[in-house]
Amino acid sequence: MESAAYSADLAAVWLTLKLATVVTLLLLVIGTPIAWWLARTRSIFKGAVGAVVALPLVLPPTVIGFYLLVVMGPHGPLGQLTKSLGLGLLPFTFPGLVIASVFYSLPFVVQPIQNAFEAIGERPLEVAATLRASPWDAFWSVAVPLAKPGFLSGSILGFAHTVGEFGIVLMIGGNIPDKTRVVSVQIYDHVEALEYAQAHWLAGGMVLFSFAVLLALYTFNPARRKTP
Amino acid sequence: MSDDIHARFRVDRRDFSLDVDLQLPGRGVTALFGHSGSGKTTALRAMAGLERAPGGYFAVGDEVWQDESRSLFVPPHQRSLGVVFQEASLFPHLSVRKNMEFGQKRAATVAFGVSLPEMAELLGIAHLLDRSPGQLSGGERQRVAIARALLAAPKILLMDEPLAALDFKRKQEILPYLERLHRELAIPVVYVSHAPDEVARLADHLVLLDEGRVVASGALNEVLSRIDLPAAFADDAGVVIEACVAAHEADNLSRLEFPGGAIYVTRCHAEVGSWLRCRIHARDVSLALVPQVQTSILNCVAAVVVDLAPTDTPGHVLVRLDVAGEPLLARITQRSANKLDIRPGLALRAQIKAVALLA
Repeated sequence: MESAAYSADLAAVWLTLKLATVVTLLLLVIGTPIAWWLARTRSIFKGAVGAVVALPLVLPPTVIGFYLLVVMGPHGPLGQLTKSLGLGLLPFTFPGLVIASVFYSLPFVVQPIQNAFEAIGERPLEVAATLRASPWDAFWSVAVPLAKPGFLSGSILGFAHTVGEFGIVLMIGGNIPDKTRVVSVQIYDHVEALEYAQAHWLAGGMVLFSFAVLLALYTFNPARRKTP
Repeated sequence: MSDDIHARFRVDRRDFSLDVDLQLPGRGVTALFGHSGSGKTTALRAMAGLERAPGGYFAVGDEVWQDESRSLFVPPHQRSLGVVFQEASLFPHLSVRKNMEFGQKRAATVAFGVSLPEMAELLGIAHLLDRSPGQLSGGERQRVAIARALLAAPKILLMDEPLAALDFKRKQEILPYLERLHRELAIPVVYVSHAPDEVARLADHLVLLDEGRVVASGALNEVLSRIDLPAAFADDAGVVIEACVAAHEADNLSRLEFPGGAIYVTRCHAEVGSWLRCRIHARDVSLALVPQVQTSILNCVAAVVVDLAPTDTPGHVLVRLDVAGEPLLARITQRSANKLDIRPGLALRAQIKAVALLA
């Protein structure tokens, strides 16, 4: 009984880490071009896109979860698509949880990277261009290395925020062991079952984890280097 | 000539417009001189392709980089040019060596057959190659930026006030290197500046810009000696002469010779036989109808009045003189001009109170 409970806890920890890692990697891929565009565009849509990206900061997770459920459900456009592709439906699956988390953690990754890109300014990219670097080349050889602190902050915040989410997981993923039952949900279950000792292990672990993440963020994130 | 530079740009913004059509020599240093807001930096950015001037045209020799009449605009990274900005703008994440390699390894050809260590030697930065840009002084950073631009094998070097952000001491530290490049490089340089002393020291060709328009363009002395442009240089009006060091004399004076005669300056370090640039301000030249014997002024040359014009200084006139084919400017009072009856064609003596050596 005891060991079974612990293995359920370990499975939840493992699933949480897997979810956060996948989501962070996806967010770096998706968020970087969005951050680049937001940092450099003079388009009239900049404000609107920036606002959409920032929505998860203010909306309750249940609202995002609800609409994602509708969109991914059997009558939603994404649900129709995944069904016609023979993938079944996304709610209550790990991929569904990944998609929901990507939405939910998007601003935590986009905003630090966008700020870092903006801080670089125009000049280093102009210099790169006059030294024969194409825009693509300059992006990788100048912009990304100079925005490293932003990528670091964005990754840490995106990872930590995904680890800490709860409401959206319940809405989209439910509570399926090994598939969608992450640490925050597991803690909820333990408390519901009055298993306070086990809740303590996980909850205390989360506190330590979060503290360590923020400590790393504030300690190791180098002060923005000045461009000589 | 086929190696000439042709630049024509029109930029219209709400608060600023630029309209220039320039034919510049394909060799030597061309200074774009003007006050801030005169459009000199915009013209330089348009040449680099960092700004696209509608209806523009820009060609260096046979290479046409912009010709909007056939919708041609070569982006900056495909132009063989080098740019040195006011702030050195070194990449802070790369060492000095990596900064210098950045353009070199992306360039199609080897720059002037000069290797990276040789270029570092030429600019006196060989001992800094493994440092990071943050550890360099302002003058050192700017020299690295110049070396980095040159290693990318440019066909033209564009410099946007490269010394403006430096203090006097750092400027003095860099100027000899710029003069060296001037002598040793075969490519044309367009040098944007608002400092008359830099222009006098480095330029061969001078373009005066004011409010986005070309006021004058020509060989350095041809423009400097124009008396219809007193506002451009104001109190700094004067000419530049190239003189040869003839002898260092025992009483701590050096004799310099130029076509118009000999001038004496405080003993300089240049070798006998070498050429120096000197600047003679109009305010330091006075005129006498007969040779003066009882005077402390050593430098006195025979001159003929070409023409004269009023200056911005009330009560003063600028007199343009011909000294054996070389132009010289004198600023004297209107009263003196009337008293001596200064008029074109008059032969007289020009007394030079001070000569500034530029090297």
